[in-house]
Amino acid sequence: MSKPHRFYGHGIPRVNSEELGGKLIVVEGADGSGRSTQIAELVTWLETSGRATVQVGLKRSTLVSEELERAQQGNVLSRTTLALFYATDFADQLENLILPALKSGFIVLADRYIYTLMARDMVRGMNEAWLKNLYGIAPEPDAVFYLSVEPQELVQRNLAKTATLDYWESGMDLGLSRDMFDSFLKYQTAMGESFRKLQKSYDFEIIDANRSVLSVTKELRKKISALLAD
Amino acid sequence: MKTFAESQFPGRLVAVEGLDGSGKSTQIYLLKRWLEAEGTKVYFSEWNSSELVKSATSKGKKRELLTPTTFSLIHATDFADRYERHLVPLLRAGYIVLCDRYVFTAFARDVTRGCPPDWVRGNYSFACVPDLTMFFKADLDVSLNRILEGRPKLKFFEAGMDLRLSNDPYESFKIFQGRILDQYLAMSKEFKFVIIDANEPVEKQQVIVRKLVSDRIDLDQFKRRSPLPLPPALRREREYVEPEEEKDEDKTA
Repeated sequence: MSKPHRFYGHGIPRVNSEELGGKLIVVEGADGSGRSTQIAELVTWLETSGRATVQVGLKRSTLVSEELERAQQGNVLSRTTLALFYATDFADQLENLILPALKSGFIVLADRYIYTLMARDMVRGMNEAWLKNLYGIAPEPDAVFYLSVEPQELVQRNLAKTATLDYWESGMDLGLSRDMFDSFLKYQTAMGESFRKLQKSYDFEIIDANRSVLSVTKELRKKISALLAD
Repeated sequence: MKTFAESQFPGRLVAVEGLDGSGKSTQIYLLKRWLEAEGTKVYFSEWNSSELVKSATSKGKKRELLTPTTFSLIHATDFADRYERHLVPLLRAGYIVLCDRYVFTAFARDVTRGCPPDWVRGNYSFACVPDLTMFFKADLDVSLNRILEGRPKLKFFEAGMDLRLSNDPYESFKIFQGRILDQYLAMSKEFKFVIIDANEPVEKQQVIVRKLVSDRIDLDQFKRRSPLPLPPALRREREYVEPEEEKDEDKTA
């Protein structure tokens, strides 16, 4: 195994980051960026080649996922509450899935990670230093791939898939526009800017995902192969 | 960290802190009754009571799913929800807000559970500090007896069983409470706690509490300008002079 894992900040009480083996690979990107498709491809590829994987994502914790979903439906979440609710969801999966899997040498594939959460909160005006402290509990991944797609292309892909735009993915809570289409474009543009801002302090690779699924898969496999060969 | 007064809020926030069984809840309840009777705009908020988060917290506690980190974060979420949706708007509207426990509870408990102090304080740094914090200090034995007499069965997290201090819940509870008390006392100066002797009789403490509040806060400024408006149903009843004629008018209108 190559470089040992470390936490961004204080980490988790009584967990020694040096005990963490395995690999933590993160795929970031908006809905419609091809994130889930790429992760499914990667899982098949890795498992066929005999590597054990564990997958995590947002709003999948035992502890708060249902409550968080209900709160989002009810549209009563103010920004600090939203930020901390998602942080709780992340922490629960971190301690129950990510850390044990890494300790056992698994490859953990994260369908979005702290960066999406931070970018969302930053767009809503939360302080960057506050977010960095909050997510100091997170281990630094071995690789982060941000699937970047132009907002105009994202809107087409989302509409082609579900014929509608998601309230939160359109940033409707921000009052950017009463028109959902306009709001989606403005919100996704702002999210892209937040990601570029975060890239300055967190190391991640931007992958051009305006291309076909296959060419993105090829690029990801090549990069991950190199990582696993280390 | 600034107080609400220093941050130019028209309202004021008064918090009580102390161990379970220190009598702080009784004191803040009596304070609330008095302020209400005086015609003051007052609102009471309790730790761990957000409708949004409550079911997750109780599930986490019942099923023992919580770690020090998630315990801390779920309580911070609960606090943020109450802070953003209730406390801030009420304080902007010139209310006196009374809090049974505030961020200091998290600072003491979460740190006792092993969370790094700067991390916990950082997470709560969006909140202003109270304009007055009263700390109810009872002898540890007195607090313990009050709790242990009234509620013979201790809950897992309440007893600090997650810390593996002892296999005996009572023993664990005692050690845990002792450590929380140490944390409180260590931050007492920094956050300007006013220490109230909680070994005194209830009435005597309440005299002190009311005096402290009226010395620190000019209560006349927080009085409702007019009595509370009657609910619409009653209002209509009182204005009803000639019911039948009015009814007719309504129909033509």
